[in-house]
Amino acid sequence: MSDTYTKPERRLLPTPSPDSTAFWTGGREGRLLIHKCGACGHYFHPPAPACWRCRSTDVGPQPASGLGKVASFTINRQPWIPGMPPPYVVAIIELDDEPDVRLMSNVVGLDVDAVRTGMAVQVFFEDWGDVSIPLFRPVEASA
Amino acid sequence: MSRGPFDGKAVITGAGKSQVGRRLGRTGLDLTIEAVLRAIADAGLAPEDIDGVASYPGPGVPDPGFSGASTNELANALGLRTRWFMAGVETAAQIGPVIEACMAVTLGLANHVVVFRSVWESTAQADKGRASVLFGEGALPPHLEWQAPFGAPSAANWLAMPLRRYMEDFGLTREQLAAIALNARRNAGLNPAAIYREPLTMQDYLGARMISDPICLYDCDVPCDGATAVVVSRRDAANGLPRQPLTVESAGTGMFERGTWDQRADITTMAAHDVSQTLWERTSLTPADVDMAQLYDGFSFLTVMWLEALGFCEHGAVGEFIEGGERIAIDGPLPINTSGGQLSGGRLHGMGFLHEACVQLWREGGERQIAKDMQIAAVAVGGGPVAGAMLLSTR
Repeated sequence: MSDTYTKPERRLLPTPSPDSTAFWTGGREGRLLIHKCGACGHYFHPPAPACWRCRSTDVGPQPASGLGKVASFTINRQPWIPGMPPPYVVAIIELDDEPDVRLMSNVVGLDVDAVRTGMAVQVFFEDWGDVSIPLFRPVEASA
Repeated sequence: MSRGPFDGKAVITGAGKSQVGRRLGRTGLDLTIEAVLRAIADAGLAPEDIDGVASYPGPGVPDPGFSGASTNELANALGLRTRWFMAGVETAAQIGPVIEACMAVTLGLANHVVVFRSVWESTAQADKGRASVLFGEGALPPHLEWQAPFGAPSAANWLAMPLRRYMEDFGLTREQLAAIALNARRNAGLNPAAIYREPLTMQDYLGARMISDPICLYDCDVPCDGATAVVVSRRDAANGLPRQPLTVESAGTGMFERGTWDQRADITTMAAHDVSQTLWERTSLTPADVDMAQLYDGFSFLTVMWLEALGFCEHGAVGEFIEGGERIAIDGPLPINTSGGQLSGGRLHGMGFLHEACVQLWREGGERQIAKDMQIAAVAVGGGPVAGAMLLSTR
């Protein structure tokens, strides 16, 4: 298993909604855009028209640091999607900006067996035309 | 003494199951009619007596074979005159419509409600498997927006992550977790209607291929074709019926956090924990009163979640509780999943557990019948943000 990441031939791409467009396109400018509440100041995810914590509708996408930690992960071994061969790591990433905000993503750039819970990771983006998919790799490797 | 949210008025009077198998080539409605007519006859009723119909999930769910028939299709096919009906997917899991039927009979909106769940996923998916869900209609289904772009279209992926965290935080081992699948298979061996009946060993389990590590093949249930139905009656309408009515003592329907697979504050808990809290709040019964439990096993980790959520052991302590499997065996203090569950019996999607609880309380389990005296059964269904639970009694 190589430790260099190769873009798969295919991903199942989202059709962004008005709420999720910023998340799926912010990567074109290198920004991880996560919804944040203007009233209570907390990030939240998935994006929605109101803050689930304080119910304010003063919400919108704001840049997050792109730094996070692996809350947990799985090594997917089952071929689900033609053009995206296993094995690959699917992880829940807790954002440093707001630890109870979690993103599902892939952790790449290292052997699948080397991923660990608690690992510090950093976002990067994979261009798929209309959308840009946020992926994560270890902080060391992206320095 | 409190008789729970339905004041002892909601009872189960009959249960029925269709043929169950792989790639039967029958339609969902065909299977539904078979199960429904069996349940009605089992209750000692005729279709003319049925004045309510309820089902999960109703029409409109695109996944192939997931929605076997609508209440409307069933009522049309059998010429039912309904005074109350419902179907839905946003309810307390696949047994939510049973709970709603209990409300309907308690309130007098109907006397006898037939509740069904039918699937024909095995035939519908044929050999395309899960991929047919993703590629059948072209665009990515919106409910997979946050998972599928990362190659994680399956609940196996979503549940492998909380499972790993649970194993790391609390020391649950694969050998301990294996007890769920091995127990199911042992019980399936005693059930002629189960799909997988040949013996399964610890060695088989530990050597099985990983689907989404740490979830292996034997941690995943098997898609099937089949339908399950029960008749929910109001107690005073059930006088003179042949079966001992099974009282629905409580229902758990809580949902305290957002309905996602990954945003819950503690990812080693699930909606099961909220549902269980409401289940016990609504009754004077306690976990110590439960003689038998039928606990959802779409993935074996979900049974782990239900065991602790329902209070049979402390949070994090399931590993020791299930280790070796004696405690949860048919002759153990808390027998679970006595028909083989979905892991070995086939994914009847929740209602199979309620059916089995009824069969056991009526003492018609044949070779797999629990020998001890039993009064109280717990039935719990669902996983992740989907959960519902009930207590049944012979009282």
